[in-house]
Amino acid sequence: MDDTLGNGTTMEKGVLPDAPETSVRMSCRNINVFYGEKQAIYDVSLQIADRSVTALIGPSGCGKSTFLRCLNRMNDTIEGCRVEGEIMMEGKDINSPVIDPVLLRSRVGMVFQKPNPFPKSIYENIAYGPRIHGLAQGREDMDEIVEKSLRRAGLWEEVKDRLNLAGTSLSGGQQQRLCIARAIAVRPEVILMDEPCSALDPIATARIEELIDDLRKRYCIIIVTHSMQQAARVSQRTAFFHLGALVEVGDTDQIFTSPRDRRTEDYITGRFG
Amino acid sequence: MLSQLGHLPMDFLLLAAAVTLASFGFIAGRLRAEQFSFPGDIHPNSRPNAHGYFVLMWSLVPVVLVALGYIFFGEGTSRAILRSELPDGFSILTPGELTTYLDTVARAGRIPGFLSGEHVFDTVTERYGEIRGTVNIFTLVFALALSIAGMFLSRRCLSPGFRARQHVESGIEWFLFLCAALAIATTVGIVASLVFESLRFFAEVPFWDFLLGTRWNAQTSAEFGALPLFFGTFMISFFAMMVAAPIGLFAAIYLSEYASGQVRAIIKPVLEVLAGIPTVVYGFFALLVIAPAVRSVALWINQLVIAWGLADGAVLAAQPTSALAAGIVMGIMVIPFVSSLSDDVIRAVPQSLRDGAYAMGATKAEAVRQVVVPAALPGIIAALLLAVSRAIGETMIVVMAAGQRARISPDPTSDLTTITVQIVSLLTGESEFDSPKTLSAFALGLVLFVVTLLFNLVAINVVKRFREKYE
Repeated sequence: MDDTLGNGTTMEKGVLPDAPETSVRMSCRNINVFYGEKQAIYDVSLQIADRSVTALIGPSGCGKSTFLRCLNRMNDTIEGCRVEGEIMMEGKDINSPVIDPVLLRSRVGMVFQKPNPFPKSIYENIAYGPRIHGLAQGREDMDEIVEKSLRRAGLWEEVKDRLNLAGTSLSGGQQQRLCIARAIAVRPEVILMDEPCSALDPIATARIEELIDDLRKRYCIIIVTHSMQQAARVSQRTAFFHLGALVEVGDTDQIFTSPRDRRTEDYITGRFG
Repeated sequence: MLSQLGHLPMDFLLLAAAVTLASFGFIAGRLRAEQFSFPGDIHPNSRPNAHGYFVLMWSLVPVVLVALGYIFFGEGTSRAILRSELPDGFSILTPGELTTYLDTVARAGRIPGFLSGEHVFDTVTERYGEIRGTVNIFTLVFALALSIAGMFLSRRCLSPGFRARQHVESGIEWFLFLCAALAIATTVGIVASLVFESLRFFAEVPFWDFLLGTRWNAQTSAEFGALPLFFGTFMISFFAMMVAAPIGLFAAIYLSEYASGQVRAIIKPVLEVLAGIPTVVYGFFALLVIAPAVRSVALWINQLVIAWGLADGAVLAAQPTSALAAGIVMGIMVIPFVSSLSDDVIRAVPQSLRDGAYAMGATKAEAVRQVVVPAALPGIIAALLLAVSRAIGETMIVVMAAGQRARISPDPTSDLTTITVQIVSLLTGESEFDSPKTLSAFALGLVLFVVTLLFNLVAINVVKRFREKYE
């Protein structure tokens, strides 16, 4: 794989004129992941574009979630998991010992498969991140961060009168948007989403997809999804994983209309997976 | 002849009868069922074994019932008959003396060929043996007859369409129910005896005097103000929790969040060994190691205070046994309760919550302190409550290391006494069971029971609510 993004992304123009259109946010080279003796990821190299949505698709167990978790070193929390290879972000390898995973994760946020609000109030769920990173100067500042994050996650209007209610009292879709708001609140540059809609109904899913489309104007988003329709709807670039290897990556349009690899074609036409 | 039968090994005979009759019943039922023929494709409701078990059930139940009757009432019936036959001369004995006399007779009667040489006693013993023999024979015949009747009647019920399987199933259900009911009945019995004896006590000592009185002196004078005992119990439990709560909780956090698999594999069993040490051992550890240590520290503080001119005399009692020593050791004893239960609830916090916190850039300590522990808090509180109820009821350590003096003193180095210590000292030694002195032990026991029951109920409810949240 070469170092450019290949054929340009389909980003909307004019939204953020100061941002270079196809800058590379994260660059992974020769990633291998092992769980103990078992290898889960084989030699994956992938460039991730800023201010766009990259979808990772592939059959269950193909390693796409494992790969996603490499990008904010969440695999550190799994005993016996070992990551090899180079993941460059702003000229530094995030796996190098000088990088503090705690700081890295404040820049690379994550949203999980199942909504996992903390057992705290809605307000405290959002305020948690800014508080541990010291992002707010006083109560008013924090109120502003909470409101802004909830607005960006499209949840403000629904919860502004009950910020003191438990986060777990919301519906599944609202909980997931709360988790997205929580991730946004620490001002990350990248947001990782691990099948964020798999536990949600179609209406809640549509809202989250709308939100993702909105968020990509500001953030680099990488989403793992089982739904090819979802990948086609929300992403600009798509990477197809199979058996721990990256089979093909390209513009979403190209992947879904004229895949180069036979396996990609088989998967997106529903012949396996 | 009849008195020879008084020495029959009844338990063995009844057991043998039960096994034999049950086997016969099973075989009888099965053989009968095997003769049934089923035309064509009709599927029998019950297999031959079910018919066998059905007859077995009805052969066994009568033997078991008769055996239970014999165990509970056999001796009593024999004595009642003997007592009714005693000559008038025995009426000079008081009921208590008569019981003692009959006990001696029964003991002598169990030795074959026993002769004391005293005519009256030997005659009574001989007669007692005859009555025992009659009761034994009657019991055996009765058991056999009932069992055989049960066997025949149940065997006659059998037919190709008989629903033996369902009957056996409900028989099993009844058996299991009886086992459960027995456990409950025992508990109810214990509580009832506590309440009953306590009521007798409160008939003599006013309830509020007992609960709120500040002078306890049950051994020598009749002073039954239990407040000093409650205070002592509270004080020692408080010290115990001051030791056990932080150490147990932090150990649990370390075990569940930080320790690697190998470290955990060592520490967890060791902590559980701590829970298996007999409390007597803790008791002499308290008495021989901790209490002297507490005392010397207290003496040192006294010297220091005097040397610095902060007080004229000793400020701490520095007794050889002290509330603090007992509390510390009791705290060590309940550490495994706190740590093991807290470890379970902390591990039950879903991994997704930890992931969520880490993904926000939380450090491990932040994730534990602000997300994992708050999520596990109800369970941790329940663990602490269970530990408290355990500490309140603990006896051996305080008997050995807390002292006997009932008083309300805030000085942790002075000796105190607790509810459990007083119960032990009230009920050991020779004393009759109807004086206020011994009855007060039941009242104390009742208080202890109610308090620990409340703690346990609250703890169980808290745990239940916590479980519902995450499962």
